[in-house]
Parts: sequence; C-alpha cells; structure tokens
Amino acid sequence: MLSYVIFSLTTAGIYGLLALSLNLIWGGAGMVNLGLAGFFAVGAYASAILSLAGVPVPLAILAACVVGAATGIGATWATVRLRGDYLAIVTLGFAEVVRLVAMNERWLTNGTDGLPGIPAPLKSVLGPQGFAVFYLCLVLAILGAVFFLLRRLDLSPFGRVLKAIREDQDLAGFAGKNAMRVKLIAFACSAGIAGLAGALYAHYQSYISPDHFQPLLTIYIFLAVTSGGVGRPAGAFLGAFLVILFLEGTRFLGHLLPGLSSGQVAASREMLVGLAFLLVLHLRPQGILPERIRPAPRSQP
Amino acid sequence: MTALLEVADLRHGFFGVPVLTGASFALREGAITGLIGPNGAGKSTAINAISGVFLPEAGRVTFAGQDITRLPARDRVRMGLVRSFQLARGFPRLSVFQHLMLYGQDHPGEGFWQSLLNGEAGRRHEAELAEAALSVARRLRLDHVIDNPVSALSGGQKKLVEIGRALMAKPRMILFDEPMAGVNPTLSAEIAEHLVALNAEGITICLIEHDMSMVARLCDPVIVLAEGRKMTEGSFAEVVADARVQEAYLGVRHDA
Repeated sequence: MLSYVIFSLTTAGIYGLLALSLNLIWGGAGMVNLGLAGFFAVGAYASAILSLAGVPVPLAILAACVVGAATGIGATWATVRLRGDYLAIVTLGFAEVVRLVAMNERWLTNGTDGLPGIPAPLKSVLGPQGFAVFYLCLVLAILGAVFFLLRRLDLSPFGRVLKAIREDQDLAGFAGKNAMRVKLIAFACSAGIAGLAGALYAHYQSYISPDHFQPLLTIYIFLAVTSGGVGRPAGAFLGAFLVILFLEGTRFLGHLLPGLSSGQVAASREMLVGLAFLLVLHLRPQGILPERIRPAPRSQP
Repeated sequence: MTALLEVADLRHGFFGVPVLTGASFALREGAITGLIGPNGAGKSTAINAISGVFLPEAGRVTFAGQDITRLPARDRVRMGLVRSFQLARGFPRLSVFQHLMLYGQDHPGEGFWQSLLNGEAGRRHEAELAEAALSVARRLRLDHVIDNPVSALSGGQKKLVEIGRALMAKPRMILFDEPMAGVNPTLSAEIAEHLVALNAEGITICLIEHDMSMVARLCDPVIVLAEGRKMTEGSFAEVVADARVQEAYLGVRHDA
C-alpha cells in the first residue's frame, strides 16, 4: 500500500510539472497547447535514448529539457500566425505526429515495442523501495524548484507582459511590446518543462512506448489546470494532485458500485473523470485557486 | 515651426474602396493639432497608418526626421509616438496599475532572465515605474480604482486609463482618436484640461474630435480632411469660414 501511495505521489509530481508547463503557456500567454503529450514524449524519448547510449542520467535529463524547448521553438515558428482554435488543432496534430514517429521510426525508438531498460538513477544502490522514496523526493524537489521559479515569473514584469499578450496581443504591440518574442520564449520554456517531466517519467518507469503518450494525458492536465485555477501556478500545482487523487480514488470507488465487471469499472472511471470536469466547469469555472490581481504598492509620500 | 510628424501622399483603401487618396499634412511640434472632417474623410485611417495598425499602400510617414512608414507599431511607441483608441481598448483582466506599468518603455525587468532571476536592474526600474504609475493615477484621479480590472471600469474611466498609459510611455506625441466620444460633459471638460496640461508640458498632440466647440477651444491649427486628403489647414476660425469646408460638412454650395 505504501509503495502504491509513493507511486501515486511521484506520478502526481510529474503531472504537476506538466500542469505548470501548461499553465505558463495557457494561463500566461493564452496559447492553447493541446500538444502537451507530444512535448512530454519528446523529453521522455530524448532522455531515454541518450541514457541508453551511455550518457549519464542527469545530463540526459538536462538534454531532454533543451530538446523539448527546441521542439517548442520549432512548433511556435510553424504556428506563428495561429491563435486560439487553430493553434489548438495544430498542437494536437503535433502530439499525434510525435506518437506516430515514435511508433514507426524503429531505428530510433524501437517502435511499438518501446524502449526497455532505461537507466534508473541509484536504483542498484538503494534497492527498489529506497529508489521509490528517493525518486519521489527528487521529483518533488524539482517540482518545488520549478514552481518557485514560475511563480516568480508570474509575478514579474515578464509575467505582466505575458498576460497582456493573452488579453490582447495587438494592443500589446501598441504598448511597445514584442509579442512574438515573448510568446516564443514562453512556449520554449513551457515545452522545456514538459520535456523535463517526460525525462523524469522515463527514468522512473524505465520503460516507455508510444502508448504512454496518448492525447488523454493532455486532457488530464487540462483538467488539472482548469480545476486548480488557470493563470496561477499554485492552482496548477494543486490541480495536478487533485487529478491524481481523483484518478486513483475512482479505482477504488468503482468497486463500490454493485453489479459491474472489472472492465466496466475501468470504463466508468473515464466517465467519472468527464463528469468531474463538467462539474468543475459548471460550479467553479475560475478554478479552486483563481488568478488574482496583485495590489499596487502603496506610494511613499 | 518644425514638424514633428509628416505624412506625404498617404494612400490606402479597404476592399478596393479608396479611403486615403493622397493625404499630405504635417503636425507641428508643441501644438495641439485638430484633425477634423466629415464621416469617412479618412481621419481614423490616417491615424491608424501613422501609428502602425496597418501598412499604407503608398505614401510616407516621417516622425522626428525618421521614416517610420514600415516600422512595427511597438517601435513607434518606443520612439515616443503613442495613440489612444476611439473605442477605449484594454487588457480586460489586468488592473489599472498593471496597465500603467505595461506602458513603461524598455523596462529591463521585462527580460525573461531578469524576471526569472529577479535581477537588480529590473527591480530598480520596476520600483521607479511604480512611483510614476501611482503619480499618473493620482493625477487622473484613478487612484481609488487602481487595483480594479479594467473591464470593471466605467466608460469614462477607461478613457482616462488610455490617457494615463499614453503618459507612462514618456511620449513626444500622442494621437487621440475621439477621447471625448460618449463621455459626459463634466468628464469631457476634465479630459480637455488634461490635454491642455499635457501640451503645456511639451507633448505634441493630434486630436480627432467631432465636437466643434471643443476643437475651437483646444486646437490650433486645424487640419480638415475630406475624401481622403487634406482640404485645408489654418486656425479654427479660418477653416470654418472656408466655403469648401462648409460644403464638405453640410453638403450645400455657398457660392452665390
């Protein structure tokens, strides 16, 4: 039971990173990125392939961030003129392309068989139980650091420009801001964090395959950010843990319903997730921790 | 008299319909120039071309001796050429204070790394800017709504925010597109006072306005646009005495 809780918390930490990534780009710049799972996959594969080729794990994880960010810049360049729905559709397509490449480029990704035996740092020293605890701490520490930096960014002048672009990109130009540049930086940063989350996932699971990067993952993260509160890092953080709590909780809830086979129980979980999303949007559309306006400093007379 | 802004043979149309048909005029440094003309004369289109909303099909815009015709809007703002919008525009969920802060130009703290690392230069500039924003808010009597999101303000307050953020950009010239449209007479008079005060501080102003008594009070010279080009220019008394201007506005001939 304990190892199950540790597993859930580690997954929640990784989801938390994804939620922070989405919140930066969606809550911050207003760009709907439905391709989150794609950047997650890029990071996971980058780190897995590099570490399987003998690169030390910390370096491979770092490289995954860079590859994720670079992919993000590429994706933004390709979608420079797109906003709103169109950007959403293209990013959704991007994630599917990543998955299809991972399925078909066997020389690189081993196709649908996936990549087994991804090095897990210190696992041989700590043993399975010790590794699980160590990795949970590692994920939570990284999550904490990323949260700290993103919160600072959110409250900074850069974050203010980002929110202005979200509200009205053209008007931001008349305020003297280079909207394109700011969006590019934000997207790269967001994609880099998603890549980092992917790398952490790969080394934790020690096996990845294209199946792990279904669009449903992106939907879960949208659920996390929406329920937690769009535009506020603390909201995304909280939302990720709530989503995992809910996803794992329904695993047990299903068994309380009488007369359902285990297959039906599994299917009903997806329905419950959808239902929860609807309820959140209906009852508290601004999320549990909604965006706030930080008051102006008092003047010194 | 030196011209701060010059427009030469500006041409532009929408969907094949010509709106500007070779407009040429100059805005004198230090003046409040009125830009008047009947509906469809091309006043707003001219202002849009000058501020960089779109690139004109032909013609040239020169600001402070520099050709800015094809410059992105943001660079014009950084040069000190700022505008307000006819329908007050804003970032709905940002507060009045955040609006004012956004219009500070070349803020080092807006850099990604400066913000991420909370750099010294950025913090200092942010503090200075905050003082400036608070004083602008006091001046425009927006200090009691400074933390309100702009979407929650009244129409008149939104107009004041437009003036305030133009001020924050440390402008050399402000283009006002009907700052008093849809505003009650009291506030309208208040806005007029602000314009006069800004002008007295050395800011060159270009004002599009339909209320002729306001134009008479504030503007000298007045440029009359009609059918996409300049018809005449002079003091308010001169241009209203011009038979062509009367005809353009009233659509009747005055020649005996």
